[in-house]
Amino acid sequence: MGDPAGMHAAHAVVSGMGGIRTAGDLVARMQLNRGMRIDAAKKYVADKLGLSVSDIHDTVVMNEVREDLNIGRVNESPGVAKGIDAKFLISDLLGLKINCVEMFKKRVGI
Amino acid sequence: MGKYPVRFGDGGRVEMTEAEIRSDLERGTEDAAERGNVPTLSEDELTYLLDLFKCRDRVVGVEEGKECCLTYDNMTSKIERAHIAISKHQQLQIFERALGADTLELAHIDYSFKQCKHVMIYEKPNMEQAVLYTIAPIFYGAMPNMGLYSIPDGPVPNPGDLLPKGKFEEAKASYDQMIEYSVKDMVYVGSQMYEAGADGINFDTTAASGDAEFFAALTAARTLKDKYPEMGIEMGMSGEFILGMHGEIEYDGVRLAGLYPHDQVKVAQKAGVTIFGPAINTVTNESLPWNIARSITWTKACSEIAEIPVHANLGMGVGGVPLTLEPPLDALSRASKAHVEICRLDGL
Repeated sequence: MGDPAGMHAAHAVVSGMGGIRTAGDLVARMQLNRGMRIDAAKKYVADKLGLSVSDIHDTVVMNEVREDLNIGRVNESPGVAKGIDAKFLISDLLGLKINCVEMFKKRVGI
Repeated sequence: MGKYPVRFGDGGRVEMTEAEIRSDLERGTEDAAERGNVPTLSEDELTYLLDLFKCRDRVVGVEEGKECCLTYDNMTSKIERAHIAISKHQQLQIFERALGADTLELAHIDYSFKQCKHVMIYEKPNMEQAVLYTIAPIFYGAMPNMGLYSIPDGPVPNPGDLLPKGKFEEAKASYDQMIEYSVKDMVYVGSQMYEAGADGINFDTTAASGDAEFFAALTAARTLKDKYPEMGIEMGMSGEFILGMHGEIEYDGVRLAGLYPHDQVKVAQKAGVTIFGPAINTVTNESLPWNIARSITWTKACSEIAEIPVHANLGMGVGGVPLTLEPPLDALSRASKAHVEICRLDGL
């Protein structure tokens, strides 16, 4: 219902990976589109990033990594990839076709 | 003997002794094990839960390294329902950039596929815009909600009216007709949203109308997966037990009526589902130790047998979360931590 603090924020703090604060969105992509279970998905993402599994949960490490790889982060600075731009790079990074990226390419003929 | 603050399934506070908590944990796991024909929790797991309820910390959390991915239901109505004047687009951005969401979900406030069908012309551009400015994977979600296809909400004679009159064959024929209509709507909405750029479709609160609705959702999932092999499909359930409202419906040779989560996930996998969400209803007049032990017993059996990620439903009134509008953090955090750690969940 309508209690984001009591439900959604709470689950995110208690159990969640953290989304784009860490590598939560990347791990979720491997679950959603490849049906990978959590340990396999985390290892896949960690390997692709050249990090340890422990690092991909860490906001400090991932903030720097996401900035270096230009794959989007919470605090966006000017001129960096945002939204679909970041997903183009995430698609290449993970070796995963992302539906909206493929559609974007098709629409603009690239 | 000391007492510990605990809650009931409706959220009401109560104090229990260690022996009382222990007893409720044992009764909870035994109830699930007996009904579902699955193992009870081990001695170590019961002790873990006992320690969790004896801990007086207001909020608890999973150990480092056990974090999991979060998926949602009706995400773009959640903040709006708190009567904050806000658009769907702003809610997606808040969840991604302010609430640490691992995934996103665009949804219509009337969260049923039948109702969503009517607004696809507006939802499609919403999705097309959302995928441009968001980074996290995004679902479109809705409920199969098969009840909407029968009188007075839909065109089909209501099985609920026919069954008490002994018109069993007519009731089954009604369910068959409702399956046809709902599959058509789910495939239509799923196709429209995938072709607008969504990463996946979320079938939420599946099988609320029993075995016929479960069959319809499985059929829609299979159809969509065959049509779009890369599509992600999440199927969240409505309860621990598939009601046999029709009674004879089978999917791929498996009778759906009476299935518990560890069997539900097997048919979901066959149908092409990529994330499965077991839902165990919270019983309001039992304690949370009883409810959490019971929920974890089923969810663990499901997670152990699953080949796909399992995201257990831990919303209001499911998964040991109290059935109350504003869940207490002590209760929610214990349910969240215990499910993730004992069941080794992929997500919530």
